[in-house]
Amino acid sequence: MVQQGHIVPYRTFILVWLTLMVLTVVTVAVSRLDLGAWKIWTALGIATVKSALVVFFFMHMKYEPLYYRIYLYLTLVILAIFIGLTFSDVHYRMTP
Amino acid sequence: MEESIKAAGSDDRGFLGGERGLRSWIFSTDHKRIALLYLWSIMSFFLVGMTLGFLIRLELIAPGATIMGAQTYNALFTLHGVIMIFLFIIPVVPAVLGNFLLPLHIGAEDVAFPRLNLLSWWFYLIGALMALASLFTGGGPPDTGWTFYVPFSTQTTTNVTVAAWAVFVLGFSSILTGLNFLTTIHRLRATGVTWNRLPLFVWAIYATAWIQLLATPILGLTVALIAIERIFQIGLFDPARGGDPLMYQHLFWIYSHPAVYIMILPGMGIISEIIPTFSRRRIFGYWAIAVSSLAIAFAGSMVWSHHMLASGMSDMGVFVFSLLTFLVAIPSAVKVFNWLATLYKGTIWLAPPMLYALTFLVLFSIGGLTGLVVGSAGTAIHTHDTHFVVGHFHYVMFGGAIFAFFGGLHYWLPKIYGRMYNLRLATWAWGILTVGFNLLYFPMFILGMQGMPRRYYDYLPQYTTLNVVSTVGSWILIAGLLLMLWNLWRGSRSGPPAGMNPWGGRTLEWTIASPPPKENFPGEIVVSTDPYDYHTGEGHS
Amino acid sequence: MSQTHGSYGTAKLGMWLFLFTEIILFGGLFVLYAVYYYFHPQGFASASHELSLGFGTVNTLILLTSSLFVAASLSALQKGERRLTLLLLSGTILVALIFLVNKYFEWSEKFAHGIYPNGPAMPNLAPGEVVFFALYFVTTGLHGIHVLIGGVLLTVIAFGVRRGSIHQGDYVKLENSGLYWHLVDLIWIFIFPLYYLIL
Repeated sequence: MVQQGHIVPYRTFILVWLTLMVLTVVTVAVSRLDLGAWKIWTALGIATVKSALVVFFFMHMKYEPLYYRIYLYLTLVILAIFIGLTFSDVHYRMTP
Repeated sequence: MEESIKAAGSDDRGFLGGERGLRSWIFSTDHKRIALLYLWSIMSFFLVGMTLGFLIRLELIAPGATIMGAQTYNALFTLHGVIMIFLFIIPVVPAVLGNFLLPLHIGAEDVAFPRLNLLSWWFYLIGALMALASLFTGGGPPDTGWTFYVPFSTQTTTNVTVAAWAVFVLGFSSILTGLNFLTTIHRLRATGVTWNRLPLFVWAIYATAWIQLLATPILGLTVALIAIERIFQIGLFDPARGGDPLMYQHLFWIYSHPAVYIMILPGMGIISEIIPTFSRRRIFGYWAIAVSSLAIAFAGSMVWSHHMLASGMSDMGVFVFSLLTFLVAIPSAVKVFNWLATLYKGTIWLAPPMLYALTFLVLFSIGGLTGLVVGSAGTAIHTHDTHFVVGHFHYVMFGGAIFAFFGGLHYWLPKIYGRMYNLRLATWAWGILTVGFNLLYFPMFILGMQGMPRRYYDYLPQYTTLNVVSTVGSWILIAGLLLMLWNLWRGSRSGPPAGMNPWGGRTLEWTIASPPPKENFPGEIVVSTDPYDYHTGEGHS
Repeated sequence: MSQTHGSYGTAKLGMWLFLFTEIILFGGLFVLYAVYYYFHPQGFASASHELSLGFGTVNTLILLTSSLFVAASLSALQKGERRLTLLLLSGTILVALIFLVNKYFEWSEKFAHGIYPNGPAMPNLAPGEVVFFALYFVTTGLHGIHVLIGGVLLTVIAFGVRRGSIHQGDYVKLENSGLYWHLVDLIWIFIFPLYYLIL
């Protein structure tokens, strides 16, 4: 039995890797700036882009059937619910 | 298709025949044998849990210390909770009936990962043995309640650490089962078993598997943090060191509320199979029931903090979670109405499985509606931590999930063992069980409203009468349970042959021999029938 | 869809579902992080300052590179380039070791300063700093265990490739182990900014 997955060319992987390297340097550089409350959102935003690159290219998500992506988004939505609804309590509490 | 299936039924011992001996069972990767491994181990723990429940009720027959002191009582209700929840209700329907039926329902030879399936059972067994070990090692049996709330659980000298790791291992078992079932449903459906031909039991298992997959890791993390906290004192939940004890409760209920749906959804799946068979009607609202399973699973992930309404959470949190709680009632009610609509003008046969299913409808509705009382921001303050809550969750979990499971046992045991139990005796057992159940748990609603708290070995004299009623109810309930189990046990050993399809079901498992042959179906099959294909007006044979 | 699709897709779907549980497992720790950061922004910033940015950045760069190796090793095996596959896998395993050695030095340095659960330096720290370090040790500890498991897994796979039991026609074990390794990387992509860059 021959398994027929998608073969991703090395060139794609190397381009993704270069982007990841650049983004790492960018996120470290940006963290030296004084952005106030935006600091954590910038850091998380860059991390999200990086993880999307890993998931879609390194992990072949781009080449999988649609329902794989739906399930991935479902997992992330559930995690977002866990964090978000916890804040419906935490954000409105007077003392920690 | 029909003639080839008959040929497969030549060996009437089916999967029960063939290899013999303990090793051929505990290392078997056949989903049917693993289902029976689960059945026997889970039922053993059920009997232990039942005995503990009996002792708890006996202590409460009169005020003061009757047969035990406070510390013993604390340990007993903790163990009763841990055993009944983690070792019985959570695994019972998916691991026993799900394992047995899922491949049969979709026309497959086995689950997607048979060896992983066996590993899940081993994890269950190891977790269970660790839970037992926590009784006799360290500082004695845990006395925290099954919820392991901090700060008590991180400070008590009893052996919470081992119990917490036991729950961690049991969580692995549950996750792997869910993963296995999801993959099976996706990849192993026989040709012709399309998504709109899946039996509703499979839809329920599918929704349950998602909860097992996406909620259980949080439980694993939470109990691991308790154990780590006890070993290293890192202070994650200690306010003096920047932690927050309420965050423990959040994490715990992020899993443990969805876990309620791990317990009840498969039970609802059983009901969706029994009701059409015994009313000889196509299920009403197939898609409504299938989608409501998914909706319950999803909405169930958004309501966990209604267990914390009296904990000192912010008012906004109380408001949001109380409001969201009402959402879950909608898909649950959708199911109940569709079942009722299926019964309407059906040819109803009151065989034991159907009696359990109908009782489920009543008891689950009482449990569900009282759930709205404890889930509403205002009334929760009055009923919180009283016997009202105890009554509520026993109506949902026992009257709901376990009655559904008993219905499922009466429905499918003749398929599993190929032999029929005594129907008359089964009906008597059902009657005794139902009377005992209501005598045992209904007084708790009244006691709770009057203010009797839960988790105390003692109470004020004014509560005595109803507590006596409740304790007597527990004796009747246990009599009914033992009669039921004995009848099923005797029936599956020496009852008359049940035949291929004793109830006239339409799902695929009824098209093969009882007990099913090891390979289930003769090769790959093509399915062209609907699982609820009843002709209106067709009577029972 | 029927059974004729074979076990390749089945194994891969199973692995992805398992990865979802891993995401939620670490997600629970991120819930705690979010809440405690919200309660103690100052404490988190000053405690984060104590972590070594150098170690963090180097570990990020090498872990990302190891992800490239694993991804490329799969392409190599799919094309039948067995030697290249083995070379890339060895590179990944080497990176796993370097990562753990780095982690060891990083933790030792903290321990030497009395910063560990119940350590002598902890009573002098603000509550926000204590809880930051508690989360730091639990999160990076759990991640370290995953690096270890991933490294062992890939070692076993490398031997499989060498023996020839994993080859051009049957590579799902390599693909699944690779997926696991990428997940380890993925988690680190979030740990790095949350613990090392919030200062």
